[in-house]
Amino acid sequence: MTLATTEFVPAEVARGRGGGGPAPTRIVVAYGFWIFLLSDFVLFSGLFAAYAVLADQTAGGPSGAQLFHLRNVFIETLCLLFSSYTCGIGALAAERRRVDHFYLSAVFTILLGAAFLFIEVSEFAGMVSAGAGPSRSAFLSAFFTLVGTHGAHVTVGLLWFVYMIAQVWVKGLRAHVLRRLLCFSLFWHALDIVWIGVLTLVYLMGAR
Amino acid sequence: MLGRLDWSAIPFNEPLPLITGAVVAVIILAILALVTLKGWWPDLWREWLTSVDHKRIGVMYMTLGLVMLLRGFSDAIMMRTQQAIAVGDAQGYLPPGHYDQVFSAHGTIMIFFVAMPLVIGLMNFVVPLQLGVRDVAFPVLNSVSFWLTASGALLVNLSLVIGNFARTGWWNYPPLSELTFSPDVGVDYYLWSLQISGIGTLLTGVNFVTTILKLRAPGMTYFRMPVFCWTALCANMLIVAAFPVLTSAFAMLLLDRYLGMHFFTNDFGGNQMMYVNLFWAWGHPEVYILILPAFGVYSEVIATFSGKGLFSYRSMVLATLGICVLSFMVWLHHFFTMGAGADVNAFFGIMSSIIAVPTGVKIFNWLFTMYRGRIVFTTPVLWSVGFMVTFVIGGMTGVLLAVPPVDFQLHNSAFLVAHFHNVIIGGVVFGAFAGYQYWFPKVFGFTLDERWGKAGFWCWLVGFYLAFVPLYALGLMGMTRRLQHISDPSWQPLLLVAEAGAVVIFFGILCQIMQLYVSIRTREQRRDLTGDPWNGRTLEWATSSPPPAYNFAVLPKVETIDAFWEMKRRGPAAAAPRYEPIEVPRNSATGFVAAFFAVMTGFALIWHIWWVVILGFLAAAITIMVFGWSDHREREIPAGEIARMEQARIGARGAA
Repeated sequence: MTLATTEFVPAEVARGRGGGGPAPTRIVVAYGFWIFLLSDFVLFSGLFAAYAVLADQTAGGPSGAQLFHLRNVFIETLCLLFSSYTCGIGALAAERRRVDHFYLSAVFTILLGAAFLFIEVSEFAGMVSAGAGPSRSAFLSAFFTLVGTHGAHVTVGLLWFVYMIAQVWVKGLRAHVLRRLLCFSLFWHALDIVWIGVLTLVYLMGAR
Repeated sequence: MLGRLDWSAIPFNEPLPLITGAVVAVIILAILALVTLKGWWPDLWREWLTSVDHKRIGVMYMTLGLVMLLRGFSDAIMMRTQQAIAVGDAQGYLPPGHYDQVFSAHGTIMIFFVAMPLVIGLMNFVVPLQLGVRDVAFPVLNSVSFWLTASGALLVNLSLVIGNFARTGWWNYPPLSELTFSPDVGVDYYLWSLQISGIGTLLTGVNFVTTILKLRAPGMTYFRMPVFCWTALCANMLIVAAFPVLTSAFAMLLLDRYLGMHFFTNDFGGNQMMYVNLFWAWGHPEVYILILPAFGVYSEVIATFSGKGLFSYRSMVLATLGICVLSFMVWLHHFFTMGAGADVNAFFGIMSSIIAVPTGVKIFNWLFTMYRGRIVFTTPVLWSVGFMVTFVIGGMTGVLLAVPPVDFQLHNSAFLVAHFHNVIIGGVVFGAFAGYQYWFPKVFGFTLDERWGKAGFWCWLVGFYLAFVPLYALGLMGMTRRLQHISDPSWQPLLLVAEAGAVVIFFGILCQIMQLYVSIRTREQRRDLTGDPWNGRTLEWATSSPPPAYNFAVLPKVETIDAFWEMKRRGPAAAAPRYEPIEVPRNSATGFVAAFFAVMTGFALIWHIWWVVILGFLAAAITIMVFGWSDHREREIPAGEIARMEQARIGARGAA
């Protein structure tokens, strides 16, 4: 049942429409993970909805326009998007079994992701020390929860990636390791999509 | 050291939960002692607790659901008794604080730990067999799902003796559920147990959508899938799309309670109606998550016992998909009184009424399937016909409630309580019992006793009408829901009838327990060696009962709808099949271990025992990492062994 990534997969099997029987493991795993990511998007949509409802409820506290620094957010965004780019390069290298290229791009992915997290955490710390913590107003509760949940996903993603690099180090680029790497890169790219929503709804619309 | 937990958490002054807790503890100890004395632990561990076989997991889900049904039903009969006697000067036997916990626990348990496990249990057992494949897409994840659901159920039951349960109703609306108004652990029990079991349910959704879309027997195109698989697909898509909304709403309420945030508080700009909206944006799809698989069961039962293919299979599938989409467009009808304005209420009122159309299509399809069929009136058919009558009544009262001006009068009345019990009992519970009766011989290899089964059905049906028709009348007379004390004595006669109904349902449950007992005692006489006791139409009947670990020695080739019926029509294949080695998933303790730490972490979070919380999270992370490192998740059954097992099976079938 297990097919390595480079093996030929007949079109009808790959689509899993039923003509060819059960789809190969690689398709099943990636597809299932993609469905899971969709559910994660739905989770974020609940947080986005809450933010949209509560964005103006500052309860006499600071508003987004007073708190957000778009220059920092711009750098943050660049870090995250470039980390996705290097992650994609790494995935291609892994497909071609170029393990040294994979490690190189992995280092960049982790550094860029960590830089993103560092900027986010210092933004949060600055806001909390200025008296604009999550319990100051409904707006800030929604802000910290939405942006913080994304940040928590990035943190988990980084830990996962380190763990996956350890698997590559020990086991090499075997079929099941490649499948897990594929899931990780889907996850990492999905976080970009969420971040674009955060950037637009929270920062660009909020900083006016 | 132990956070908020001390001896005051045990309700020494309330005898009722204490005695119940003691009785349950004695029963559990007795079972554990029996298992230990008989030396069943190794078998139990190997065959059940660590099993990742979808059939075993399905059985465990059903067992969980049926056990929790007893708990939820005892809450129900306590409420009915309180309302029947606490009239006028009498105060009844349940003080308000306790009564509030009972109705909250009843709703929570019946939806999350009875209806969901029953429906998911049926899907677990049946879907891979109907699709003609060997397991679900992610077998270990499936076991994790079950054990997380069981963890949530365990936490809810712990609240009976350690601390208390929520007094907020089963939907836990803020601001009542906020820390200001519910400072003790009740709401935290509610939130954490549902968060933990919610993760399990979500993973089930992911697993089954992937299974149905990507793993099917050769030739089984979408429009050759059995209707039960279609309804399971739609229900699981709804799980994937709806449960994360509930998770996020609960997460926000938890942040309010634990970190002092202001999502739903009265002050600092919080908005309670946002919780209500988010809750029902999950809650309405949820009722279709429950009812769609039940519709699937009725479709299978009616087609099989009418000896005909389902009438208008395609319109059945389209109606299912239509309901799946529409279910996301009606959530506001749960709170027309919010004051969203005439336009919004009119939109949601119309959408709610429109759902009756595809549902009506289904009812007619079942009726036309029976028309001129050779109907065999077995117990599953009785449940199905009882459903059709009952559900239509419930559906019509639902359309009444969908009219906003009517709803303003009936909102939160006993009429509403009667309506949703009418559709949930008459739809989901009847469906679960029909499925239980129908697939039992497939699961265990012997049929259930028909006489006790039919007696159980009639008790349930009569008891249901006795218990809930009075509530319709009482609602129209002005009785609101959740009353701990009845001030209008003219309501008492009807409440006594409702109490009698609950007692009749209790006899129904006793009949079902007797049915199980008698059937197990006489199992040798009622053994089914054919694997096909009902002259079935779909692939689950093509294999033996109980099916082997690998389900099918050779994956069946599907050429039509009702694939097994077609195979029987054509007769047995001329050449003996050539067996190949089969990979089946290895057992895994991941689910059980994850559940252990989930209960530990959940309990510590509820009682603010932070060091245990940290330990629990670390242990969960290690569990995931150990599983995430593993390489060999399958074991291979050699071709020779399969040939031997299949020979034995065919031999048994020939002897029958």
